[in-house]
Formats: sequence, C-alpha cells, structure tokens
Amino acid sequence: MIPRLPLVFFIPLIVSCFLCLYRVFRGPTSADRIVAVDILGILVVGFCALFVVYTPREYFMDIAIAWTLLGFIGALTLAKYLEGKRFDE
Amino acid sequence: MSETVVFIGKVIVLIGVFFDLLGAIGLVRLPDVYNRLQASTKCVTLGTCLILFGVFLMSGFLWKALLAIAFVALSGPTAAHAISHAAHKAGVKLWEKSVVDRYQEDKKEAKES
Repeated sequence: MIPRLPLVFFIPLIVSCFLCLYRVFRGPTSADRIVAVDILGILVVGFCALFVVYTPREYFMDIAIAWTLLGFIGALTLAKYLEGKRFDE
Repeated sequence: MSETVVFIGKVIVLIGVFFDLLGAIGLVRLPDVYNRLQASTKCVTLGTCLILFGVFLMSGFLWKALLAIAFVALSGPTAAHAISHAAHKAGVKLWEKSVVDRYQEDKKEAKES
C-alpha cells in the first residue's frame, strides 16, 4: 500500500528551493551563489529521501547518497576556484 | 507498533522540513556571506539529517538512510568551512556592523612575525 504524497512535507521544501534560487539570482558576490548552490544540493537530498517513502522506488536513496557526494565535491571545487581570484565589489 | 514508529517518523520529518525552511529564510534574510553560510548550512544539514532519519523510520528501517545521514553530516560542514575560507581569501567584505574578524588578525600576526 502506497500512501498519498502529503503536501505538508513538500511545500516547505519547495519554498526553500525557491528562496535558494532567489539567492543564486540576486547574490551580490560569487560566494553567495556558491553557498546557495551548496544548500540547494542538500535540499535535493531531502526530496529524494521523501520520494523513497511515497513512491515504490527505493533506488531514490542511492540517488540521494550519490547526490550528497557529488554536491560535496562540487562545492569544494567551486571553493578552490574562488580562492584563486579576487571578487571586489 | 509499526504504526507508532511511522507516526514518530512523520513527526521527525516535519521537524526536519521546518529546519530546512528556517535555513532557507536565513539564506535570504541575513546581510553578508558569512552570516548566510552560518545560518543556512547548519540548519539545512540538521534538517536534512532529520528528514533522512524520519524516512529511515517510515520506510521499514532502510539502512541506506543511515549511510546518507553519515555522508550529509560529514560533508555539509566541511564544504561550508571550505567555502568560508575561500571567500575570506578572495577578499569578500564582512558586513559593516561586524565587530570582530579573528582570521584577519591571525593573518596580520603571521605577517609581522
């Protein structure tokens, strides 16, 4: 038996994703955008975890683990790229 | 028994979603990079760990959820530390009302000695 998708769990996550996208769009410096992209990656892990319960597909948890590690490597790469430059406003 | 565990899982997921929302609000509302990083990374890491633990309880003890909790709890703060270090090195300014900048003082001391 598969329960229905309860919107009470998903609406705050979707609102959080849009707030992160606002920060990616408006961020005054590049570091703001990198922070927002990192946070967006962690939020997507939460989405994948909730999809495990409300769909019959358990492989979403594998996607969540892979997304965590790839987001971590991406954040480190962007941080190293930022370190070599000057971003004076 | 099983229904009780699922209900506890739902409550934990709800708390985690609330923490995620608070972290995203902090990402939008706070004034500079370091404040945003401080608020959003900690809240969102804790919130996502709680979501994963709730899913672990709701899905009949799927052990991969615990593995995902370990990865999120290790990688989130590490990435935040790397980003803040890089932002300070790249010369991103602090908020004008910030009172202390220990890392800058350490750098000055290292230069003088």
